[in-house]
Amino acid sequence: MSTRLTTGGRLIDRTTAQDFSFNGTAMRGFSGDTLASALLANNQMLVGRSFKYHRPRGIVAAGVEEPNALVNLGAGNRAEPNQRATTTDLFDGLTARSQNHWPSLTYDIGVVNSLLARFLPAGFYYKTFIHPRAAWKHVFEPIIRKSAGLGPAPTLRDADRYEQAYAFCDVLVAGGGIAGLQAALVAATAGARVIVLEQTAHWGGRAPVDGDIINGMAASDWIDATISTLQAMDTVKLHIRTTAAGVYDHGYVLADERVADHTPGDGRPKHRLWRIRAGRIVTATGAIERPLSFAGNDIPGVMLAASVRDYVVNYGVSVGDRTVIVTNNDDAYRTAIALHRAGLSVPCIIDARANLTGALPAEARALGIRVEAGRAIAKVKGSQRVTAVSLCLQSGEGTVLEEISCDAVAMSGGWSPVVHLYSHCGGKLIWDAEHAHFRPDPARPPTGQDGAAMVIAVGAANGALSAAAALSDAAAGGAAAAQAMGFTAKSDAATADAVVDAPMEPVWIMPQGAAIGLRSKMWLDYQNDVKVSDVQLAAREGYVSVEHTKRYTTLGMATDQGKLSNINGLAVLANALNEDIPNVGTTTFRPPYSPVPLGALAGESRGDIFQPVRKTSLHDWHIANHAYFEPVGLWRRPYTFPRAGETHAQSVHREVINTRSKLGLLDASTLGKIIVKGPDAGKFLDMLYTGVFSSLPVGKCRYGLMCNENGFLSDDGVVARLAEDTWLCHTTSGGADRIHAHMEDWLQCEWWDWQVYVANVTEQLAQIAVVGPNARKVLEKLGGMDVSAQGLPFMGFADGTLAGFAVRAYRISFSGELSYEIAVAAGQGAALWQALHDAGAAFGAMPYGTEALHIMRAEKGFIMIGDETDGTVIPQDLNLSWAISRKKPDYLGKRGQERSFLANPARPKLAGFETLDGSVIPDGAYILAPGVNANGQRNTQGRLTSTYFSPTLSRGIAMGLIVGGLDRIGDVVDFNTVTGGSVRARVVDPVFVDKDGEKQNV
Amino acid sequence: MSDAITALGHVQFDGFAKISEIGPVGMISLRAGPDIKGLAKAIKAVTGTAVPPLRQILVKGDHAAGWMSPDEYLLILPYADTDKALAVLAKALAGQHYLAVTVSDARSVFRIEGARADQVLAKLSPVDFARLGPNELRRTRTAQVAAAFWQDEAGYTLVCFRSVAGYVMGLLSHSALPGSEL
Repeated sequence: MSTRLTTGGRLIDRTTAQDFSFNGTAMRGFSGDTLASALLANNQMLVGRSFKYHRPRGIVAAGVEEPNALVNLGAGNRAEPNQRATTTDLFDGLTARSQNHWPSLTYDIGVVNSLLARFLPAGFYYKTFIHPRAAWKHVFEPIIRKSAGLGPAPTLRDADRYEQAYAFCDVLVAGGGIAGLQAALVAATAGARVIVLEQTAHWGGRAPVDGDIINGMAASDWIDATISTLQAMDTVKLHIRTTAAGVYDHGYVLADERVADHTPGDGRPKHRLWRIRAGRIVTATGAIERPLSFAGNDIPGVMLAASVRDYVVNYGVSVGDRTVIVTNNDDAYRTAIALHRAGLSVPCIIDARANLTGALPAEARALGIRVEAGRAIAKVKGSQRVTAVSLCLQSGEGTVLEEISCDAVAMSGGWSPVVHLYSHCGGKLIWDAEHAHFRPDPARPPTGQDGAAMVIAVGAANGALSAAAALSDAAAGGAAAAQAMGFTAKSDAATADAVVDAPMEPVWIMPQGAAIGLRSKMWLDYQNDVKVSDVQLAAREGYVSVEHTKRYTTLGMATDQGKLSNINGLAVLANALNEDIPNVGTTTFRPPYSPVPLGALAGESRGDIFQPVRKTSLHDWHIANHAYFEPVGLWRRPYTFPRAGETHAQSVHREVINTRSKLGLLDASTLGKIIVKGPDAGKFLDMLYTGVFSSLPVGKCRYGLMCNENGFLSDDGVVARLAEDTWLCHTTSGGADRIHAHMEDWLQCEWWDWQVYVANVTEQLAQIAVVGPNARKVLEKLGGMDVSAQGLPFMGFADGTLAGFAVRAYRISFSGELSYEIAVAAGQGAALWQALHDAGAAFGAMPYGTEALHIMRAEKGFIMIGDETDGTVIPQDLNLSWAISRKKPDYLGKRGQERSFLANPARPKLAGFETLDGSVIPDGAYILAPGVNANGQRNTQGRLTSTYFSPTLSRGIAMGLIVGGLDRIGDVVDFNTVTGGSVRARVVDPVFVDKDGEKQNV
Repeated sequence: MSDAITALGHVQFDGFAKISEIGPVGMISLRAGPDIKGLAKAIKAVTGTAVPPLRQILVKGDHAAGWMSPDEYLLILPYADTDKALAVLAKALAGQHYLAVTVSDARSVFRIEGARADQVLAKLSPVDFARLGPNELRRTRTAQVAAAFWQDEAGYTLVCFRSVAGYVMGLLSHSALPGSEL
């Protein structure tokens, strides 16, 4: 059993107990524990089930590489699935539940899959569920997803908050082990701005556990001293619990800081996503120990040797009373020695190497530990926990020589540098045959904008596995990074007492001649249940590329992304293909290195600040008066102002009738307003619009259309000439920024020698439409300027004052009524709006929203950008030829409109439609034509663009594009409906109300 | 004419830095080439400062002139003085190609004050604060919207568009929440 030892544990505080629960069972750990160490201290080795066969899964590792110990952490609005117990700091009150089992962790019905394992080989799903095609989506996939799920997604809104932060530095060091600290020290001493990120809660990495001696002192003392030195430097920032998740172009690094994972509810942000721009990136990310592939290597109790050591030294936790060590290298002997020192039994060290000459094996033997050379594990016994191992010859086929009872197995297959960050931006790897691992190729680094190395790998991450080698490599790397940023650096390295490890020997299958029975029990990927036999089968079936094999077998595709399994898997593949390992290569390393929560990626963008909502200066009034809003771009505009008991249709109806009969007030502030000024401004506008604006008299307004260079209608609005050299262009609400950019684009890129300046003053002004037969009366009541038919005629404007407000009043109408638009400084908008309501009460003033606006413009046959246009419509399609100048030599879109397809008279053109039965045609309807096309679809002769119930006419009205356009007036056509059937309508003039414009012209 | 009101009515938030909406502040957007005749005199007449050099803002009391682009300047002055200033500009730049418009009401202005004021902004804007010059006018973004800011002894002045004042106040307040110091 695993248990807490009475002594030891350099990271825990035995005076501070912390209570937590696992699957509802109360447990106790200490401050400084990880969830994994606390579970082991409570003899909870079994922590989950595998993905495919539902095999029992125990804790394998002590860090980020852990594939098995994934738990549901917390509950309710703090539920998080798939949290790694090995990287979860324990806190008082923590609750965790295991995943992927039913009905319970100990008795899982899905384990039947394991019995059927021989029928579930690599590619099983692809082979079995390919026919019938439709069944995959509707039958097979839902069932498989249910049986092969990890943790359930949270159902409640996250109670925590997240944020992001930007940071900048000359040298970013990813990894706070001794190599990272050494590199940081060298770079910072040279004067560089340095940021150091460490994914765990502690500095120094493995060195204290491995017992390294640095500069004559214990590694932990050197680490403390170095941290103090770095902390004292203003130019250095140190972050623990912060994982460098991804390296991107131009020295951009994303890092996830777990600010309050271990202190939930303390008010701090749970995670902070750092967005760092670094001059150079030093990856001191260490190395990950590889498992060995022997039969039963997935049984709970089989762990990585260095992790077993971590648990003893860091947390005072023994994973078993009797631990067998199995290795192909010297490092695992450190575990044996550590266990022995802790008073635990190491019945045997099984070493695959035939000749053991190193100092560490000698030390182990001197301690009286039995060492078996040239031996292998034939098989691990046990189901939910290791009970024994059987020994065999590594060079043989697995004939059992002896059985050794034990309750834990510590395995070491060598070490793989963590090359992920080096590889994210294209850094290449080379195969190091001595250590049997891939390491960064210094000749082919990822390069920055200067063509030089952007990322420099140091220490174990660079293949320098011993402390002595790592420190000198890191000092050199830190100096190179600082020098690349223009600093003069000295690569003075701390010295470590050199412990020479004897050469390791690559072992990819144990024993090397294992038969299929054993190979199909050798796990490569613990989480996704990929075995040696699966990879070999894939090779036999013709999978040559490691990328294809990965996807076929799902090797390395689990949440751990193959941190333990990739190298072993590709080595097995290489052997099966009879290829050298470097020729097979690795799969692609992509960010993130370890999972980053979606909350951290979203940062502050949730709730009220999920996205910017643009508000006019009248917004608060609208809210106070129960406006129902609709989004228009990022603006929120009142759709209607429903009164108590009214439906939206009823309130819109009321608003239209009131505006046409009395007085309506509209917040038109969102309309774009762009000032265009300069000696060439007239020429510029004549190019931008289809009409002529250079001839517009000062004080007058004219409606204009803007097209893109292909001829398609892009925006419309009223242009006012403010002065001889100054115009004001109104744009659509959604078009202000786009048209401003469009203008700048043409001025800066094409007509850079024209003397024109533009300024977007949309937000400077509140604009209020005063509409209806009583419009003039209310303005006259406010008083201050001449708004009479003669003083301010239709399509004119004037500057003046109304009730003391400095305003510009435009006599323009989008409703067909007598109408003014009053512009006032935004800060005065609310006051003027209130004054209009106060003065207008006697004239029946009511606010109206965008839907009433839309209906009234449709009743008048006015087009709306985005309804009648969709990017494929030219002004001529909308019978707007009157707004296109024939005299002008050119305008944007003219050439496009002359192209044969756009000039084709058979293009559908705008017409109005009245249903025969008075109903409203459904939005999006097509106008049907006889017969079907080559695809068997019903032919059409046009489409609907706007459709409303007209309160004024008490019937459905519509506009649409139909082949023949206004020539079709009088024809009766059919519109389809979404629900089937069709609606009959008569083609009519699109101006439904006041064709002669008498109402607006009074 | 009633008093001009700001978008948020001078709302404040006290976190690890103090956030306050201020204003209204008089602002004129001046589009003009740096080489046009009379520019230096015109800017001096309105703000009392020289023509601001590249990416800088020159502050003189409650007046300032900021460099916005190679042919755009932001002139800052008391809110009530903009019409007068436009007349001064019109006179000083008569015959030159330029554009001057009042944008006071198009903008919202915030102060971020306190020893850690830079941390509030460092969460929202991709700006290297250690390299931000004393007279630097930084045009950037706060999260999803455009913004500009500059610093003084007491903190930062931030300008954004009026319509998103509520969003920006929300961002600044969230970033300044106690416990989230960087």
